[in-house]
Amino acid sequence: MNSSRRRMLKGAGGATVMGLAVMASLIKPGSAWAQQWNKAAFDTKSLNDTVKAMGGTTATESKDIQINSPDIAENGAVVPFTISSKIPKTEQVALLVEKNPNALAASFSIPAGTEAWVNTRVKMGQTSNIIALVKADGKFYYTTKEVKVTLGGCGG
Amino acid sequence: MADPMKIRAAMAGDKVEVRVLMSHEMETGQRKDSKGSPIPAHFIQNVTATHNGKTVLSAEWGPAVSKNPFLSFRFSGGKPGDKVTITWTDNKGEKRTDEATIG
Repeated sequence: MNSSRRRMLKGAGGATVMGLAVMASLIKPGSAWAQQWNKAAFDTKSLNDTVKAMGGTTATESKDIQINSPDIAENGAVVPFTISSKIPKTEQVALLVEKNPNALAASFSIPAGTEAWVNTRVKMGQTSNIIALVKADGKFYYTTKEVKVTLGGCGG
Repeated sequence: MADPMKIRAAMAGDKVEVRVLMSHEMETGQRKDSKGSPIPAHFIQNVTATHNGKTVLSAEWGPAVSKNPFLSFRFSGGKPGDKVTITWTDNKGEKRTDEATIG
């Protein structure tokens, strides 16, 4: 592991958080932002913080959530994931990459009639645990899976 | 203006499976250019899918979603010939809406 690369990633992470904060203050809510974007949740670094930013308290581990992804991703820039939940009344599905600069990668609202099944692709900076977070009937559940990355997706 | 999305919507049993490929840089804000100055973040934040005026999926994305994002989901209540509309909005306020017919 190359330590100067570690420092670069950390420094860049801090700069982004500040950059986002500056942008958020420049753009007034409601103008181009007809839809909401939970900035607080996207700034979080860990599962517990994300759950809190989404209005919950804690998340319980559940076997009813499934993550389908490669065990080893050769290219961290494009890692495909399928998340499905068998928990009744699933209303939200989120994907977190524990060791990315900001943990939360994507969050999906599942209205009634839509299957609790989403498939997308995310970037991973390094080998990390992937967390699928599910909100069902007001409660939060999660499951984790480790994905090994051979080539990181954050560099140039 | 961003390139059009590629949307495929097809029946999968009694459900409609929608697959969307968007064309977007999804710049994280973490990278630096050749002079060492940071490249500003530019990524899709919101994605909404509607069918007959009803929202069937809405998503909030961070910059960790891959470049040229792919998204796939399934919903019930659709039939061949119906339209599915997808809209995205990015962090600079740019928008794009495209629609596809369920085949």
